[in-house]
Amino acid sequence: MAEPLLSVRGLSTSFRGEGGVVRAVDDVSFDVAAGETVAIVGESGSGKSVTALSVLRLIPEPPGRIEAKAVRFAGRDLGALDASGIQALRGNDIAMIFQEPMSSLNPALTVGMQVAEPLNRHRGMPWPEALAEATALLRKVQIADPDRRLASYPHQFSGGMRQRVMIAMALACRPKLIIADEPTTALDVTVQAQILELLKTLTRESGTALILITHDLGVVARYADRVCVMYAGRLVETGPARTIYETPRHPYTVGLMASIPRLDEEIGRRLVPIEGQPPDLSALPPGCAFRPRCPRAVARCERERPALEPIGPDHHKACWNDVRG
Amino acid sequence: MQAYIIRRLLILIPTLLFASLIVFSVVRMIPGDVIDLMMSQNDIAADKKSREQLQAALGLDQPMLVQYLRWIGGIALQGDFGRSLWQNTPVTEQLAQRLPVTFELGLFALTIALLVAIPIGVYSAIRQDTAGDYVTRSISLLMLAVPSFWLGTMVMVFPSIWWGWSPQVKFVPFGEDPAQSLVQMAVPAVILGFALSAVTMRMTRTMMLEVLRQDYIRTAWAKGLDEKLVVLRHALRNALIPVVTLVGLQVPILIGGTVIMEQIFVIPGMGLLLLDAVSQRDYPIVTGVFMVVGLAVMLINLLVDLSYGVLDPKVRYR
Repeated sequence: MAEPLLSVRGLSTSFRGEGGVVRAVDDVSFDVAAGETVAIVGESGSGKSVTALSVLRLIPEPPGRIEAKAVRFAGRDLGALDASGIQALRGNDIAMIFQEPMSSLNPALTVGMQVAEPLNRHRGMPWPEALAEATALLRKVQIADPDRRLASYPHQFSGGMRQRVMIAMALACRPKLIIADEPTTALDVTVQAQILELLKTLTRESGTALILITHDLGVVARYADRVCVMYAGRLVETGPARTIYETPRHPYTVGLMASIPRLDEEIGRRLVPIEGQPPDLSALPPGCAFRPRCPRAVARCERERPALEPIGPDHHKACWNDVRG
Repeated sequence: MQAYIIRRLLILIPTLLFASLIVFSVVRMIPGDVIDLMMSQNDIAADKKSREQLQAALGLDQPMLVQYLRWIGGIALQGDFGRSLWQNTPVTEQLAQRLPVTFELGLFALTIALLVAIPIGVYSAIRQDTAGDYVTRSISLLMLAVPSFWLGTMVMVFPSIWWGWSPQVKFVPFGEDPAQSLVQMAVPAVILGFALSAVTMRMTRTMMLEVLRQDYIRTAWAKGLDEKLVVLRHALRNALIPVVTLVGLQVPILIGGTVIMEQIFVIPGMGLLLLDAVSQRDYPIVTGVFMVVGLAVMLINLLVDLSYGVLDPKVRYR
């Protein structure tokens, strides 16, 4: 197998706060192949956003602290890059789309300038040329009348349109990888589908790999090639999207699947919530973090933390229990 | 925008009228009477004029209301602020001579204040909790705590004792020799500017810290911008909006400061004119200065409001 586009090994990110050190991401490893869409799934506070931000070192240090055995991107060791090295990579080779389109665009700068900015920065394109390119980008993300919209400010755009602007900005330098951090969470349901469809089409056209961070399993089923399920800062199950859907093997994933409605099931089935609360990351028990909520916990779960082990073709899980279905 | 400016200027008229009422009556409440003062001066007493004659000559024998209407009518209809009770020269002439001097000192001091406050405020924010941040914040606290009249006096006194140096006393107007004029104003302008810069610097720092936490700053970093661009292009502009408000509010303090500096450094501006006029109970001059200062403050406030439109695209004037 060829070297993956992005390879993350042993990534841990912690924050020093008043209540001690919180390990938001703990020993996470995953790969993203060129052109593939990988979904990182988990509930709020499971560390999925921090994982994505840590790859680009967008976590302020301090209070954050990012450690990794290796983060390789397109054959380069990101850990060895200095500040200007990682700046040359951001927005150029790896672009990001954020969750809140309302607050993620600068209110004092025109939309055109914000879209053109990466081209000016990374390609050294003069502003008039970069703005002309920005018009083309806005057209690509289906913003009507892009010439006129170039001079608009973000407050003159709706939420969905702002997220389109964010996508245009991310695509500007034709990155090899786009990290989309819950790109549709803040949007209306009808707009959500449009934005994801657009993102999928444009990344497929350009062969851009996509890391899609979401807590929406419906989104995962539709758009992802592979899935990483996170719980309490750790990966608990990874595998091809289809496999995860059809044969989830970690009790948490099984619980997630049972908690959402599916079109292909018998009518009248009751949705089953996962009981309990996500754990406090600053006071994790020594064993498996999911144990207090796990219906299948055994004695070993309390003592030892399970590692991610292969259980099938490209399918891994971190659980002592042999769950079927 | 144009309609907005015209409307704002029209609102100035009732505001100024109201201000004129207050100014006129308050000035006459200053204890001590100008006639008494004049009678105590030998040369006037030697003229053998009676109190009544003097009062009639100066128009002070009229009822208050008549005096007020005459005064405000003169301003409104002819731009005439009356005549000095002592020198009998037109007040307008005095104001025209003194206003540019105070304007120069005030603008000079404000420029210094902003040139000091904004870069240091930004630096202090992006290097939060470093030694540099602590040092600049301590200095700004010191500038805030030291009264400028004290600092001004010290600058007058100690260099002359130690090195025989003292700020120049002979005044050179800006129109005569701009460079020389700025040099002579440098010391009072620096003292005033530093005193003003303290609050602005702290405000800039606070707002920068606030803005640097925003999502769009993270977006700017994610685009691969370096710190210079993130701070100057993406953060500073948003942080300056409240700072501009603060600077607008500081203008009256600045004017008060120039009065003190003019007195200490013997700069013949509005402040010195005002102080002399108050001690001589020269009512037309005192009221004239107050009206001009009031108008200046109102116009500067209008300018501040208009500057929001430049900084914040969400502001539209209708």
